[in-house]
Amino acid sequence: MSSVAARTARDLTRITTGRSRDRTPGSLIFLGGLWFSLFFGVMVLIVLIVTTAIDGAPRFDGALFTAYDSTLAPERTGFRAGILGSIWLMFTTAVLAVPLGIAAALYLEEFADNGRWYNRFIEVNLQNLAAVPSVVYGLLAVAVMALMGFERKGIVLGGAIALAMLILPVIIITTREAVRAVPTEIRHGSLALGATVLQTTWRQTLPSAVPGIATGTILGLSRAIGEAAPLLLIGLAGAVRFDPAGIFSPVTALPIQIYSMTSQSQEAYQQAASAAIIVLLVMILSLNALAIFIRNKFQRSW
Amino acid sequence: MSDAHTGAGSSLGTGLPGVPPDLSGRSRPGERAIQAVLFTSALVSVAITVGIVVALVRPVVDFFADVPFGDFFALEGDLAVVPLVAATFVVTAIAMLVAVPLGLGAAMYLSEYASPRVRKVLKPTVELLAGVPSVVYGFFALAFVTPTLLQKILNLEVGFTNALAAGLVLGVMIIPTIASLAEDAMAAVPQAMRQGSLAMGANRMQTTLRVVFPAALSGIAAAVVLGLSRAVGETMIVALAAGARKNLSIDPREGMQTMTGFIAQTAGGENPVGSTSYNMLFAVGLLLFVITLIINIISISIVRRFRQVY
Repeated sequence: MSSVAARTARDLTRITTGRSRDRTPGSLIFLGGLWFSLFFGVMVLIVLIVTTAIDGAPRFDGALFTAYDSTLAPERTGFRAGILGSIWLMFTTAVLAVPLGIAAALYLEEFADNGRWYNRFIEVNLQNLAAVPSVVYGLLAVAVMALMGFERKGIVLGGAIALAMLILPVIIITTREAVRAVPTEIRHGSLALGATVLQTTWRQTLPSAVPGIATGTILGLSRAIGEAAPLLLIGLAGAVRFDPAGIFSPVTALPIQIYSMTSQSQEAYQQAASAAIIVLLVMILSLNALAIFIRNKFQRSW
Repeated sequence: MSDAHTGAGSSLGTGLPGVPPDLSGRSRPGERAIQAVLFTSALVSVAITVGIVVALVRPVVDFFADVPFGDFFALEGDLAVVPLVAATFVVTAIAMLVAVPLGLGAAMYLSEYASPRVRKVLKPTVELLAGVPSVVYGFFALAFVTPTLLQKILNLEVGFTNALAAGLVLGVMIIPTIASLAEDAMAAVPQAMRQGSLAMGANRMQTTLRVVFPAALSGIAAAVVLGLSRAVGETMIVALAAGARKNLSIDPREGMQTMTGFIAQTAGGENPVGSTSYNMLFAVGLLLFVITLIINIISISIVRRFRQVY
């Protein structure tokens, strides 16, 4: 907030070179504050990864991946059931949520008449669902499983229902964005050649939007794989000592195993949990990397 | 116009000159059916909302058949919900103190200072923070923030579980929610307003704080409110790090059980279906759903009402 009037030649040079006014102490402190806010989160992430990796270092062995949860020998406890369970849950969730999400997004984007009250209602409802806490989806999944008559709810299907409902809004929203990014001219061209709206959507719009949809879906699934709260409610236990064998098989998940081990005080369990966290983060980061790869490799800009 | 229709109808054999093209359109029952399927899929999202309400309300009705309202909305006791709500408030307040300044600072940098290339790298990096599972953050609060940061470095007398560590880590978790949405809002402010401000002799800081920030205020408010709703509903961090005992206190150094913490910890224990403690799970869940619903509606209506169309 220096004075505006240029009295000396030096002042004049400062003003004509432009940047001078961004070099006042106030501006520099402000910019420093912005830098700090930007890198604070990254610093936390680095500290998190480094301290966890150090804690878990003694446990990066084969048993971590091949052994089941063990109460007799905590120093040899493993996450085989959790890792396989998480993979099973992820695929079942995808089967439930992806077709439904894409269909709903196509309806809202390509067919719905926005003047109708029920379409507007679906929109608002969707915005709201995206912000419902994940535990609430767990409570809903418990009720759905009870309605379908399942005695035991901690099975692959139960967990997948909870996760599918959780990520459905994410998939719908990202698919809509991908579909919206397809230029209208492509639709017009197809319609002008005599295709119906459905044929246009199926043969032109949808294929053009696939990279965007894939990116959004993978990001949604990477959220599902790290989610523990709804699975805890549906009754997934930490101590499952066999591989999942189907969608009706009792199952555990990696985040659930981490949670139940963190709640125990023995040092060996803390180490195992740290190592498992690194495994979980690697799984999530590879999904994110895959999503970014697909976006950069296949996404067209019109 | 008619040429286009002739071309479109040529496969039906109406391309001959003089013969009017068939414009009536074939009836396509298949298409109607598929459209109905798509519409049904969209309705599933409504069904989920209705399902949430029904699934929560039924056990809650059973719950209040056994338990008087006064016991639930009491300050203390096994069935009291007030300590849980108070603890949620304390943890959320700490989280917002961390996340609002840092989130908005990051958003201002990304929107007003970063070059497009730098933004392309930095924005996904900040958003990566939201991709870390909450159980991992909970472990981090319990294994690093409380023993090392709070007890050793800052020398605070905090419990093994405490609201401070949970709130701080929760705040870090919602930074990207606020930063990302606020950045979108600020990026939508037209360039002409910045140019006008700079031409009047304001520097970048003044332009950011006095022109861009007020112009994007509705979007920024919506971002903060959405961050608030995330903070209230987040479960695993508070289940691990905030404590498992009801504690009606506003001292963040103490452990306290929040609403979501109660739900997670009770669900992890043994509760027979239909028992009072099982039904209380749903009563707290319904309260949580209603609170976040109100916050979300506020967020949506802020955007609606105060949106400036440039």
